[in-house]
Amino acid sequence: MLIPCPHCGPRDLSEFSYQGDATRTRPDPASTDMKAWHDYVYNRPNPAGPHREYWQHAGGCRTHLLVTRDTLTHEVQAVAFARAALNDGAGKP
Amino acid sequence: MVERISPLGEAFRPGTYGNLVDGPGVTLTEATPAAIAEASAFPGSAEALLGAIETVTGLSLPATPGAGAVGGDAAAFAIGPGRHLVAGAEGLSASLQAAVALDIGTVTDLSHGRAALRIAGPRAEWVLAKLFALDFSPAAFPLSEGRATAHHDIFAHIQRTGGEQFDIYVFRSFARAFWEEICAAAAETGYEVR
Ligand SMILES: [Zn+2]
Repeated sequence: MLIPCPHCGPRDLSEFSYQGDATRTRPDPASTDMKAWHDYVYNRPNPAGPHREYWQHAGGCRTHLLVTRDTLTHEVQAVAFARAALNDGAGKP
Repeated sequence: MVERISPLGEAFRPGTYGNLVDGPGVTLTEATPAAIAEASAFPGSAEALLGAIETVTGLSLPATPGAGAVGGDAAAFAIGPGRHLVAGAEGLSASLQAAVALDIGTVTDLSHGRAALRIAGPRAEWVLAKLFALDFSPAAFPLSEGRATAHHDIFAHIQRTGGEQFDIYVFRSFARAFWEEICAAAAETGYEVR
C-alpha cells in the first residue's frame, strides 16, 4: 500500500503509523456522560468501505495526515494534512 | 568547544573494496559539517523562516516540498512543511537562533546529534535505490532537493548535493551501523572509502 503524502509524494506504508479513526469527536472534556465517553474511547463502526483515518508520516516529513481509505481494497481515495492550514498551496507544483 | 570524533570509528577504513572489475562505482566519505540545525516555522511563518535562513546562509529556498539549495559553505533543504535542515560552518546554529525571532519559529542545534555520509559516483543512485523506496533519478530527485525517509528504523534526510552525489544525514548513534549497510550495498558496484 502506498500513501501519497502531500509533502513527500507516494511512500510505502512502512513509513507511516496509524493514528486512529478520524470520524470520532471527543466529548466536552468537562462532560461526565459515561455513554458518550465510552463510545468515543471504545466503539468503532468498522465500515467495510471508505473510512476516514489519521496516519502520521513518521518515517518521512512527520506530519499527521487525514486519509480516506477503502478498507476492502486499501485504495487511498483522498489525503490531506490533518492541520488544515497546511493544505493551502500544498504539494509540488 | 567539545571536540567531536567520528561516529564511524574503526568502521571507516580508507581503501577500495568489493567488485572492482569496472573500478569503484561509488566513493563513500563522511561529510559531517561543523554545524547542523533544524529550523522550524510556527504556523503561518514559513516564508519568514525562509527569509531568516537566507539572511544567515545566503541560500534562497523556494517554499515548495523538498526544495533545497547548496552553497559554498552551507546547504539547506525542506524536511517537512515549514521545517528545514541547515548545514554549514561553525557558528551556524547560533547565527540562525539569533536570526529567527521567537514568534517565527525555532532553531534546534543538531551538530552533535547527526552525522552526514556522502555517496558519490556513477552508481550512487543504484546503490541508494537498494536501501530506500525512493526514485533517485535526476528527474524525480533534482540537484539540491532533499527527502525525508527511513531505512527500516533508521531515519534519513537525504540531499542531492551534486550531479552524482548525495549527502545522507542519520542519527549519530546509527551512523556506524548505517555506514556498514551502505558499504555492503556498494560491494556489488565496488566502492572507494576516503
Ligand atoms: Zn510526508
